[in-house]
Amino acid sequence: MIEVELAVNGERETVSVDATQTLLDVLRTKLGLTGTKIGCNQGVCGSCTVLIDGKPARSCLVLAAGCRGRAITTIEGVGTADAPSPVQQAFIEAGAVQCGYCTPGMVLAAEALLRKTKRPSVPEIREALSGNLCRCSGYTKIVDAVKLASERAAP
Amino acid sequence: MNEMTKPAALPAAVRSVGEYVPMVDGPEKVTGRAKYTADMLDAPALEAAIFRSPYAHAEIIDLDLSAALAVPGVRAIVTGDDCDMTYGVLPIAYTEYPMARGRTRYKGEPIAAVAADTIHAAKEAVAKIRLKAKELPAYFSAKAAKAPGAVQLLEQRPGNIERDVFFDLGEVDKGFAEADAVLEHEFHAAEVCQAQTEMHAALAEYDAQRDRLTVWCSTQVPFYVHLMLARTMKMDKAKIRVVKPFIGGGFGCRTETLQPELICAQLARKAGQRVRLVVNREETFITHRGRPESDVRMKMGMTKDGRITAVEMEQDQRGGAYSSYGVVTILYAGSMMFGIYDLQAARYVGRRVLTNTPPCGAFRGHGTVNTRFAFESMLDMLAEKLGLDPFEVRRKNLLKAPTFTLNDLMVNSYGLPECIDWVEKASRWQQKRQGLPPRADGRKRGIGFACSHYISGASKPVNWTGEPHATVNLKLDFDGSITLLTGAAEIGQGSSTILVQVAAEVLGLSMDRFRIIASDSAVTPKDNGSYSSRVTFMVGNAALQAAQNLKAVLVAAAAKKLEAKPEDIEVLGEVYRAASQDKGLTFQEVVVEALKDTGTITVKGNFNTIPESWGGKKYRGAAIGGTMGFSYAAQAVQVAVDEETGEVEVEDVWVAHDCGKALNRLTVEGQIQGSVWMGMGQAMSEETDYYHGLPVTPNFLDYRIPTIQDSPPIHTHIVESNDPYGPFGAKEAGEGSLASFIPAVANAIHHATGLRFRDTPFTPDKIFAALDKRARNAKKA
Repeated sequence: MIEVELAVNGERETVSVDATQTLLDVLRTKLGLTGTKIGCNQGVCGSCTVLIDGKPARSCLVLAAGCRGRAITTIEGVGTADAPSPVQQAFIEAGAVQCGYCTPGMVLAAEALLRKTKRPSVPEIREALSGNLCRCSGYTKIVDAVKLASERAAP
Repeated sequence: MNEMTKPAALPAAVRSVGEYVPMVDGPEKVTGRAKYTADMLDAPALEAAIFRSPYAHAEIIDLDLSAALAVPGVRAIVTGDDCDMTYGVLPIAYTEYPMARGRTRYKGEPIAAVAADTIHAAKEAVAKIRLKAKELPAYFSAKAAKAPGAVQLLEQRPGNIERDVFFDLGEVDKGFAEADAVLEHEFHAAEVCQAQTEMHAALAEYDAQRDRLTVWCSTQVPFYVHLMLARTMKMDKAKIRVVKPFIGGGFGCRTETLQPELICAQLARKAGQRVRLVVNREETFITHRGRPESDVRMKMGMTKDGRITAVEMEQDQRGGAYSSYGVVTILYAGSMMFGIYDLQAARYVGRRVLTNTPPCGAFRGHGTVNTRFAFESMLDMLAEKLGLDPFEVRRKNLLKAPTFTLNDLMVNSYGLPECIDWVEKASRWQQKRQGLPPRADGRKRGIGFACSHYISGASKPVNWTGEPHATVNLKLDFDGSITLLTGAAEIGQGSSTILVQVAAEVLGLSMDRFRIIASDSAVTPKDNGSYSSRVTFMVGNAALQAAQNLKAVLVAAAAKKLEAKPEDIEVLGEVYRAASQDKGLTFQEVVVEALKDTGTITVKGNFNTIPESWGGKKYRGAAIGGTMGFSYAAQAVQVAVDEETGEVEVEDVWVAHDCGKALNRLTVEGQIQGSVWMGMGQAMSEETDYYHGLPVTPNFLDYRIPTIQDSPPIHTHIVESNDPYGPFGAKEAGEGSLASFIPAVANAIHHATGLRFRDTPFTPDKIFAALDKRARNAKKA
């Protein structure tokens, strides 16, 4: 076991992890942050997307032991139930959420995009979310949601 | 001078039906608070893993568990010996055991399962299970499995035919004789899988002292799971509780009981502890229940003015190793030729064949999709031969509702003509069909069109109990809150939102007054589940009736308090009043009055189908496809084909869908877009493939789901035909638009290249090979 201090959603916590344990597994089983979903556990679907130092990463492909000193943001660190972030609010209002399983990953990928690019074009939105599979929506309303969030944040 | 007073703002009933209403469970989903089965980690539980068959077909000689049992931390191992009860969908087709007994019939079939303190221990034990088996001949195509002399897979199914269907309606031969053109072609559709993003999961808790079982699992049909748990566990139904947490999609994969929940329950009882079983992505693919590989031969006759004179179809489906929904799928495939156009002569031979591959089931658009692919492709081929416009051909064959089809399906509302009109105009069809200029990058463009339809719930239930199709309870208590209780499974399609909307609309209240509790058999009324697009129509109607019943109670209470007649009470949502001058009673005051002497009020609403909608008994299989409301869809698809690589890009889709009445425009649009897109996946890239029965595409890399980059804008239009039986006129919205994508894109590729593809998916290799062949032939000539 390896002792590692993780900075998750602004809080520092020391957890002991297996050398081979993924960040996804540690977030879910050791920190109880189950908003990060397991879709394929092999880096394809993007359901487990988190932000590491502000950049989207697939937590199923990242070893927890390697995350010392890096700022990790999970969906639980974005907005709250009372005050969802503009992206979260736009996902609800635009109908971008159906089963919701890909949603945390989609929201985080969109958050990362909008922090970097205030008013992304549709091709930029599509590119930024291209690592996240959604099986419900056909993506049309997901694009709508990201556009809506960007328009509200940067009118 | 008259004293003018400003009239006080009138209270008004709140509208929710027909608006863009965000989903009631959206906040949980966007914040990560929504708990799916695998997220229920607060509950300490043993972890489980499944030992699966390495053979496609084999006799089990011996299963040695000794080394597995010796692994530290192992608490229980279950095998086929622990459960000798079959399960399945239809009582005539309970052919599957939770874990194989005596024989295993596909690679990946569960044979045993381990529960241990950690997942590592469970997996280590699984690796130490030793299976001794004798291999048997295995069949990986319908053709091979039904060949004379093939070893029989299931004792009850001679010739490996799960079900054969035949009907001959109208004067088919005369129809062909009278046609100005007759064509006959073969089509092939690859097997596809739902591939919902949440992997299958179950959590089971067994209370040995009381012999009680609670199961949480990823299902669309908690009620069927309940029945099959009772059957396979040999327990009293009354001692079982099934709870459906948040579900990460279904698309038909979970419209039947699956092995994970049954095995998890077996383990929990044997271990005497709570057990969690989360299968991985590969296992989720192997659990399968997708759309079968289908070979379709279709012959169609047409007059020179575009009328269909007769259709003959032969369809073989590779069903996989067990029955699942097979009987239903093969029946639908024939029956659902009807219900969309005026078809007066049709002959059908269908065969559902058992093979040594994972069982197929009910995939979105169940049974209709591969038939529609062939049918709508044939319409275009005949139109071309006769020099007719594809729109003209469809318009020549429209139904006139209300009517009954030749096979006795009841059609009550029919918005297809409006769907067709909108798509023609929005896509600028007439202009584009004359020829689209190639794109700047040289790709050739084309546009194609097709129509489709789907049922709003099967009028005859799978399990005939005599109960209504749907029941909803509304509970009103001292605090003025209303709790809607339903067994309808919210799987992301928005059923919980729709049901609250319906009840809120009837009572004129804001949706905020409601909470909904869905799918917990200890609390909610039984519901058949989320499949065959039944929920909005059937459960929606039950919610409507429940709300009307509650309203009657409240009106009576208000009348009593106001000393007025109930018929004079005006309901303005939060205010009940006797006359326009009356300031009336607040909702809370009415509630206080209503609860006097009786306490908490629970009312019920039911829905039942009418017998005329059940389908006749004219031929075998007539009772399938019967519904009280068919949805209709039309779509045009525009493509750009790269003739250098064979790659097809879907540039744009225009889709119109007749859902009767859009109770929620936001979720209806989402359902239509999701359906179109899922049709695109099957058409362009998705295929489950096997190598001698070994799944070679059971992951998200090899099973090619379109990404956001591959997905076109989907221009969506809602047509409202106001069905006479649907709640507020509503019909289904979540399946009907899928099937037409596939023929529409095939027709578009033909328009762009002059080549006709009859074999899904339309992958670049196939397109390139056909282009290349044509070029070589041209050179030779």
